[in-house]
Formats: sequence, structure tokens, C-alpha cells
Amino acid sequence: MNIMVEAYRQKLDVANGRVDLSHGAGGRAMGQLIEGIFHKAFDNIWLRAGNDQSAFTVPGGRMVMSTDGYVVSPLFFPGGNIGSLAAHGTINDIAMAAARPLYLSASFIIEEGFPLADLERIAESMGLASREAGVPIITGDTKVVERGKADGVFISTSAVGIVPDGLDLSVDAARPGDAVILSGSIGDHGIAVMSKRENLEFDAAVVSDSAALHGLVAEMVEAGSRHIRLMRDPTRGGLAATLNEIASQSKVGFHIDEEAIPVKREVAAACELLGLDPLNVANEGKLVAVAAPEGAKAILAAMRGHPLGREAALIGHVVADDDCFVEMSTSFGGSRIIDWLSGEQLPRIC
Amino acid sequence: MKYIDEYRNGRLARDIARQIASTADPGRSYHLMEFCGGHTHVISRYGLEDLLPDNVRMVHGPGCPVCVLPIGRIGAAIALAMRSDITLCTYGDLMRVRDKNGWSLLKAKAAGADVRMVYSTLDALKIAEAEPQREVVLFAIGFETTTPPTALALKTAIAKGLGNFSIFCNHVVTPAAIHSILESPDVRKLGTIKIDGFVGPAHVSAVIGTKAYEFFAEEFRKPVVVAGFEPLDVLQAVLMLVRQINDGRHVVENQYIRAVTRLGNVKAQEEIANFFELRESFEWRGLGELPLSGLRLRPRYAAYDAEKRYSMVTFKAEDNQACECGSILRGAKKPADCKLFATVCTPDTPMGSCMVSSEGACAAHWTYGRFRTKARQSNAGRAIA
Repeated sequence: MNIMVEAYRQKLDVANGRVDLSHGAGGRAMGQLIEGIFHKAFDNIWLRAGNDQSAFTVPGGRMVMSTDGYVVSPLFFPGGNIGSLAAHGTINDIAMAAARPLYLSASFIIEEGFPLADLERIAESMGLASREAGVPIITGDTKVVERGKADGVFISTSAVGIVPDGLDLSVDAARPGDAVILSGSIGDHGIAVMSKRENLEFDAAVVSDSAALHGLVAEMVEAGSRHIRLMRDPTRGGLAATLNEIASQSKVGFHIDEEAIPVKREVAAACELLGLDPLNVANEGKLVAVAAPEGAKAILAAMRGHPLGREAALIGHVVADDDCFVEMSTSFGGSRIIDWLSGEQLPRIC
Repeated sequence: MKYIDEYRNGRLARDIARQIASTADPGRSYHLMEFCGGHTHVISRYGLEDLLPDNVRMVHGPGCPVCVLPIGRIGAAIALAMRSDITLCTYGDLMRVRDKNGWSLLKAKAAGADVRMVYSTLDALKIAEAEPQREVVLFAIGFETTTPPTALALKTAIAKGLGNFSIFCNHVVTPAAIHSILESPDVRKLGTIKIDGFVGPAHVSAVIGTKAYEFFAEEFRKPVVVAGFEPLDVLQAVLMLVRQINDGRHVVENQYIRAVTRLGNVKAQEEIANFFELRESFEWRGLGELPLSGLRLRPRYAAYDAEKRYSMVTFKAEDNQACECGSILRGAKKPADCKLFATVCTPDTPMGSCMVSSEGACAAHWTYGRFRTKARQSNAGRAIA
């Protein structure tokens, strides 16, 4: 008996150990995993208090809340991993309301047998992403499922944020004449993930653009808050899906200029090879803003002054169209529709 | 991208477009069929129709392998995939094609079938090697471009003695389909379909060579210009066709000289002939049974032929009666002429073959070009008002 107790108190063998079912059983092993990996990586006063929930004071005003699940495969990709992605992605959902993100929660579903060293790497990236963004992870949960019932690790994060006074962005707010601004090159994340996928590995100098966008958004709000109608981050389905979502919710159409859309050469080349359209490929650190035409210039200038918006470009404008078509002038001199993708182009990119 | 951007240069495109406009005789029309789905896709994606004068029209042909695969064979593949010992390897495009019961490989996968998306035939071989306890079947489809890789997979499997690997062969041949279009009464006798010339396939021709079209050009007095898959290639081929038609010539010309020769890739042709033979007849979705148009494994490779190995049964299944795919594949109708188009038939719920793959005429029109139908309708409305 004594020996067992001793064994439990052994240090977590992060270098060689694996997650087993006891790490999710609510006993000492679970406590050790949470302490040794998650609290260490996310460390803050809320987690140190050790409660099942965390209390915080909120300033007055409108709050936003969002939640997102992360199942990316592979878990590690150039420019990040599922941990940093889970922090950035949900922060961005909050930021797209022009809100200031305040706190994150994180829930982990881990497959039995998952290496502790990988889990630590994921938690450390997530902790770093949260610290850099200034959005602490203040509560969380850990579950372990039998081998084969999950794929390594799944993460779910939620966030709350606060909207500056007077702002009410909504996806149905685009109006004919509005300007469409894109914060930078498209397709980086999807191609970075694809480049590491089993059976498909190719050498591409493409790094995921995974980043928290609330700093960029704050600059945009500062420059022209009353002119911003709405913002969206073009994640799954890429820019094509985002523009179509906005078109159908706002009941408008778009005229987009293909030449104005930045695409990195490496991304264009990889898309060519794989038969993909960069317009359909996922991004994790880009945003699309629709703004009143009179404010577009100032917003664009503010974006270009921020590291995450240096390549920001005016890519088109909103038009009246009952069919909600997203039409694009091709760089070739013709025109075509940008449509939703039918089915899945790239499974599990976030 | 070196060697790609050069073929997508908008300035050059406008130059060629001007030449086409000045060369085309305003007193006549030019109906040019691009046989290959790859060309259909490029024409739609780059909006090439906007660059052509009104009297030069592109007619979309049947060269989309996913589109012309009969649903009975999709059904047979699904039935096979549902067997617990089978791992079915397929190209991604095939996953969403529905059989007569509305089932697809995607749905079969969700129901527990072991269906894996592969990017090359060699991926399927790797699976067979790594998982010897599984019966691995490659769902092989396509024209002459994709047949050599299937032959290579078969050759490798034999060399490695992979007893758990087999092929469900649905490969088809291009000349038979062109022949069927030109022989159809609409084109030949009634003249209800006007086809003045063909843009010949790019990659298919790299394998079979331009020689394969010489018979059609001569027999049916139609010019053929083999063209590459980049937008400038297509525009240049259109210009070459317009010139031939103006001159009353009908020969095979090669625009795609950087990849295609008169004799084609003889080595690849030999590999195809080593492993495959022509079927007496094969069903094409939308076109019906076409003689000598499909390939099967030679009898000496029966052990690798999934149809024989698993006694696969293929049922005939008809498309929706209102579906106009047959007429669209022969160039007799346009997607917007079909009652189902954009109503019940969309890329998310494809009813007919032309909507099934992004290379199909209806899917290309839906995805890239349907605003044009609207523009035409509203212009017509204005003219009446």
C-alpha cells in the first residue's frame, strides 16, 4: 500500500510518460497532471486559487462571449500547434465584435496514451499565446478518453470580452457602397497544416498565420470606429466562405478585385500543386472588415501601421444584389463568382 | 510562379482576345467544343467567355471523368466499401457522388465503411503494404491521363506480391466519346447541334498524342486544336480554330507543344496496353452505352481485378427524367436550359452528372458563371420593356 502511495507521488515523467486513464479519473494523478502541466504553463492568480470556477470583476457595458472547439490534424504545424491555435482562434472571435478580450477558459479532451511531452509543448504554446495576448486562461477542465476515442488531443476554449461604448458590429450590417478591407495574405494557415499532413507532406516555406487580432482591431477602432460595419476572421472555408456569409446575412452582393487580394507565392504554388483555390483555404490570423466608404482610408492606414496588418488591402466593395452574388474581376480580365465550397476541401484545419 | 504566371498574363490575354475579335468573321458564328473538363473549369474560373466576341461560343463537352461515371458503378463501389474486410481508396472528387438511393462514399464512410481519400495510386499501395490484414481496393477512374498511374500501381503491386491489393477499373478512353458526339444524329444528320471545331484535351493528349484525333478531323471535317490547361493556352487555341474555320481547313493542330507530341507518350501507351484491354461496351453517365469506350484489366490480372475478385454487381440506374445532362454533355443544351439547374440541382445536391464535379459544365456554370445568366435575363427584360 505504502509503495503505491509512493508511486503516486513520483514526479510527473514529462519526458517519457504518457497520459493514462488515471489522469482523468479525478484522483491524485489528475491533480498532478493539472498542476504539473496546465497550471505551470498558464500560471496566474485565478488558477493558483484552485477553485472550480474563477471570479472576476467586470466593468460596465456590453459583453461578448464566444466558444470554439479545436481538432486540427496534425497537432503540430509550422507556425504553431493546437494550443496556440485554441487561444488565438477564440480571442479572434471576440475581437471580431471590436471587443477587448478579457478571459479565456480551456477544456482538454485527451486520448489515452498521448505523450506528456507533447501535451506540455501544447500547453506551453497556449500559455505563451495567452500571455502575449494579455488574455489569461482562468478556468479549465481535463478529461481522458480511451485510446481510439479521440485523436491525440481536442481543445475547447471560451472567452469573454467587453465592447467599447457605442459599437454594435453585426454580420448583417454591410450596405451597398461599403469598402471591403482584408488584413493580409490568404491561405497561409491551411497550406501550413496541409504541408505536414500524412500522405501529403511537401516542403513549403509557409508558416501558419495564427495570431491574436485584438491589437490590430484596437487600432482600427481607434482610427474609425463609427465607420466599421462588421468584421470577420476568414477561418474554415477561407475568404470565399466569409464573403458569402456576409453577403447572405446582409442581403447584399460583392464586387471583388482578384489582383488586390494578397497571396504569398509559396501559398499560390502549393495551391496550384494541390488543385486548391487560395480563396477557400483557411486563415487564423487575418480579418475582413466592411467599412463605410468615407472611413475606409483611415482604417486601412491604421491597419498598415500594425505588424499584423502591414499588407492590408482594399479588395472590393459591397453592391446591391438580391442574389447575394460575390463577383470577382479576375486578374485575367474576365469575371466570375466566388462561391461557397461544396463539401470539405481540407478536413480538420482548426 | 515561373512557367505558370506567364500563361496567366492578363495583358497578353487581352492581346489575343483582340486578335480573335478581329479574325472572327462577324457574318458567321463559331461553336467550339472544349472536350475536357479541365478546360471547362479554366474557361469558367478565369471568365474567358467575357473575353470572346459574341459570335464565338464555347460548348462544354463530356470530358469530366467523375461526371460520366455511371451511378450504378458508384453504387457497386459503395456496396463493396460496406464490407468489413474492405478498405476502399478513392480520389476526393468521388466521395460526394450519389448513387440511385442518395448514398455516397462520404455517407458510407460515416456509416462505418473504411473509405480513404488518396492523392495518388501509390498512396493506395502504401496502405495495402502497411495493413496486410485489409483488402485494399483502388477505385480507379479517369481518361488516358490517369490510366498510366493505375497501371504503375498494378505493376508495383505485382512486383511486391501484394495479394491484398486490387483495382476497381473505370478508366475510359477519349476518342470513343468524341466519336459518339460526332456520330450522334443531332450533330451528324439533323445539324441541331452546331460544332465547328474542338479544343482537344491537354494531359490526355500528352499520353495519346495528336495523331489520335487525325481521323475525326478528316472524317468529320472538324478542326481540332490540342491546348494546354492555362487560360492563355485556351485563348490561343480558340484563335487557331477560328483561323482554320475561316480558311476552310480541318486539321489537327497542336497549341500545347511544350507537352504534347504527335505520337504521345509511347511508353505510357505500352504500359496501358500491357495491363488493360478495351471492354466491348461501357456506360457513360448522360451518354449511355458507348462501344469500345472503357478499359478493364486483362484476364491474366484477374486476381487484381476487384470486379472479378469480389464478384461485384453493377445495376443500371437512370438519372432524374428532367435532367438534361445527356444533352448538355453533347453540347445540345446549356446548363441554364435545364429545369433542375439551380433549383433542386446544385453542387451540394447534384442530381445529374454535370453538377457532380467542379469540372462538370453545370457545376462550373453554377460556381463561377451563374451571374451571367442573370445579366442576360435582365438585359432581355430591359429590351422588352
